[in-house]
Amino acid sequence: MEWIKQRDRAEVYLEGELDHCSAQSIRRELDRVLEDQSIRHLILDMGKMSFMDSSGIGVILGRYRILAARGGTVAVRNMNAHVERIFILSGMHQIIRIL
Amino acid sequence: MQIKNQMRLEFLSVPENEGFARVAVSAFAVQLDPTLDILADIKTAVSEAVTNAIVHGYGERKGLVAITALMREDGLLEIAVSDQGRGIADIDQAMQPFFTTQPDKERSGMGFSVMQTFMDKIQVESILGAGTTVRMEKRLKEK
Ligand SMILES: Nc1ncnc2c1ncn2[C@@H]1O[C@H](COP(=O)(O)OP(=O)(O)OP(=O)(O)O)[C@@H](O)[C@H]1O
Ligand SMILES: [Mg+2]
Repeated sequence: MEWIKQRDRAEVYLEGELDHCSAQSIRRELDRVLEDQSIRHLILDMGKMSFMDSSGIGVILGRYRILAARGGTVAVRNMNAHVERIFILSGMHQIIRIL
Repeated sequence: MQIKNQMRLEFLSVPENEGFARVAVSAFAVQLDPTLDILADIKTAVSEAVTNAIVHGYGERKGLVAITALMREDGLLEIAVSDQGRGIADIDQAMQPFFTTQPDKERSGMGFSVMQTFMDKIQVESILGAGTTVRMEKRLKEK
């Protein structure tokens, strides 16, 4: 998983499939990035993500809670139409900005 | 109704089979030449049902998950995902958006809502202690 840090912002490039099977390792990698307490804003780039189901919602909401507790935010970018439908269905767009 | 094709698939309830199951069903459905959007809908719904069988139906223990798919001449695909796990006590409650019995595991309770939205029809049968079957339908082609 590639990621870059700019001041208080981390941009993470998600790849492949985000389902229950891959959720654990993706969660672990994201939490490793967030161990840096100076990071307050997380941007998830989904341009290279080929699949996501409701397990992905859980992973993203979980990271949102961590950052919200620090007064930060989560945003997503480059979602395909299918992932965006799941996003809107679950109401995630109300707390996570779509860039 | 004329049957065009039919398949049955059975596998152990390990997470590695979630990807296998959705790709297998999608490869089966592709025979009717559906759009990529329809295939993505089917993959997502199958992934939800299979994940539920693995994490809720069986949980810590392991068992077999079965998928049957039936393709009708009129372009309708019927899919059933079954487990012989713990079953669902209250199906109506389980199907409510955001209802989950595993909030501690970062589950969002959206699986059934995703299946409902992405498929044309869904029906759940369950017996406590005996298992669950999720039946779904999707029109792959206009009549
Ligand atoms: N095959 C099953 N066997 C037993 N219980 C199930 C099964 N499928 C679903 N359930 C129950 O129904 C609830 C709702 O399922 P649903 O897929 O909507 O949400 P979830 O799996 O909890 O969360 P998410 O799918 O968003 O990760 C589950 O929490 C579980 O209690
Ligand atoms: Mg689920």
